[in-house]
Amino acid sequence: MSAVEEVPVTLPTIRGRVHRVGDHVNTDLIIPGKYCLTTSRERLGPHCLEGWEPGFARRVRPGDVLVAGENFGGGSSREHAVLALQGAGFHAVIAAGFARIFFRNAINLGLPVLVCPDAAAQAADGDLVEIDVGQGRILLDGRVFRAEPYPPFLQEILAHGGLMPYVVARTRAGSSRPTS
Amino acid sequence: MVAQTITEKILASHAGLSSVRPGQFITARVDRVMAHDITGPLALAQLEAHGIDRPFDPERIVLVPDHLVPSPTAQAAQAIHRLRAFARRHGVTFFEVGRGGIAHILLLEEGLVAPGELVVGADSHTCTLGAVGAFATGLGSTDTAAAMATGEVWLRVPATIRVRLEGSLPRFVMAKDIMLALLAQIGLDGAAYRALEFVGSTLAELDLDERATLCNMAVEAGAKNGIVPPDPRTLAYVEARVARPFTPVVSDPGADYLDEVVIRCSHLEPLVAEPHSPARGRPVSELAGLRVDQVFLGSCTNGKLTDLRVAAALLRGRRIPPHVRMVVTPATQSIYREALAEGLLEVFVQAGAVVTGASCGACPGLHTGVLGPGEVCLATTNRNFRGRMGSPEARIYLANPAVAAATALTGVLTDPRAVVGGEGLFV
Repeated sequence: MSAVEEVPVTLPTIRGRVHRVGDHVNTDLIIPGKYCLTTSRERLGPHCLEGWEPGFARRVRPGDVLVAGENFGGGSSREHAVLALQGAGFHAVIAAGFARIFFRNAINLGLPVLVCPDAAAQAADGDLVEIDVGQGRILLDGRVFRAEPYPPFLQEILAHGGLMPYVVARTRAGSSRPTS
Repeated sequence: MVAQTITEKILASHAGLSSVRPGQFITARVDRVMAHDITGPLALAQLEAHGIDRPFDPERIVLVPDHLVPSPTAQAAQAIHRLRAFARRHGVTFFEVGRGGIAHILLLEEGLVAPGELVVGADSHTCTLGAVGAFATGLGSTDTAAAMATGEVWLRVPATIRVRLEGSLPRFVMAKDIMLALLAQIGLDGAAYRALEFVGSTLAELDLDERATLCNMAVEAGAKNGIVPPDPRTLAYVEARVARPFTPVVSDPGADYLDEVVIRCSHLEPLVAEPHSPARGRPVSELAGLRVDQVFLGSCTNGKLTDLRVAAALLRGRRIPPHVRMVVTPATQSIYREALAEGLLEVFVQAGAVVTGASCGACPGLHTGVLGPGEVCLATTNRNFRGRMGSPEARIYLANPAVAAATALTGVLTDPRAVVGGEGLFV
């Protein structure tokens, strides 16, 4: 094991209120294409999910958690969707399932995304939620849920703080290949 | 040797392994990395922010402004210039406005993808390139930046769903209808994290334009990639465009498939997907008569030469009525040139349509045909999500180019089979 692999997984604990959306919320709904000429979280945030419901972002407080149904983040690969969610104040997304490009983008930009169909089914708007991202533990209104654990390879990326720092560290260590 | 699918074989060879299995994490070498004017600037910003001052191999990187060309705003001009400046500095291929078009179609035309190769691009429709038997998948900007920096990408090997296409397509039924039928059957996440491999007797009658449409819409079912195993038609197409050596790959007999879906193409009708999901396809006959304000013929799904020919054959010598408008956007400049030479553009203009320069155009709601509140659009594109083409109060219906042309001629959703004539069609 090289030095970079020994960095412990230290992922945050998140506390906030639940904001619910439904199934198949695609990236056009998360952030319409016309806003995607900026990469600023601050400028994208106010428009977050306005395609789902006008004014949605105004209700979000920093630390809040978005809870979605099946196939969250489908469609366009625009990473602006992740930036918009972060800009709106979301610190995590829990869903029954994620579209693959969105899932990668979220990991790459450090937005914790948790697959947990049970929590996604039971969370209601305004519920208090606490997430231990490292353990995949979701505390929702007094009930405990377990998210699908991240595969070791993804944990390694998260432990570095995202894909780019991981790539830089691996390149310096002389290998960019995963160990699995 | 383990029997493997075409997708598994391409991934294994690019990971330096003799075989891979679904679910396995690999790091694969990329043959080409693409980014465009919406996703590219963020990718370049990531490289800069992490002190990566040169790409792994400039020759394998291609930057294509296609969403915002020619630039409608100063901000767009700035985004495109960022790509242009990076390309100049590093000797990366850049397609200047007027010499490019929609990246996915351009990469096929320019021979920047070949059978057996692995391509990643910062656009979800990068999967279009599977039409020539390559593994191609869409990524976000940061993943693309990492691929530009290292020449590698991490991937989880997808299980494959085989889509068997059987029989001859009836007149006015196209690859678009196959995909709308598949989506209606398996849903928006029916192939999530999977590969879609197209096989069957129908493929013999589908040209590369039509195969591109199949692979293009694989992502609408959540697929990682769509792929058509190479055949003599593929090789004839590619050999005219690719000078470098490449190794065509096909699936082994006995390879494992997660599932098989059969589409009886000879029984299909032209379909129309209702708002706001491409999985809501219904026979056009059931929706005939619905009023539309705009018809859009274009996009990486249906802005190819075959698509323009099909639409022009129906529009030739006819006029679009006053209460409907039609926007035609060829996918690339070379399609534009060919359509000009064949007289197709004249047909559109004489019919009363507007023909724009080659770009993604109205599809992502950025320019040249953005919809207002309450408007209804029949589009040959791939996504009719709420707000996709502009106002969230607009309604988008998806269909093939023949339905688009027939609808433009009447101003209401129209079954092309109901339009008299249409001689010389390719479908």
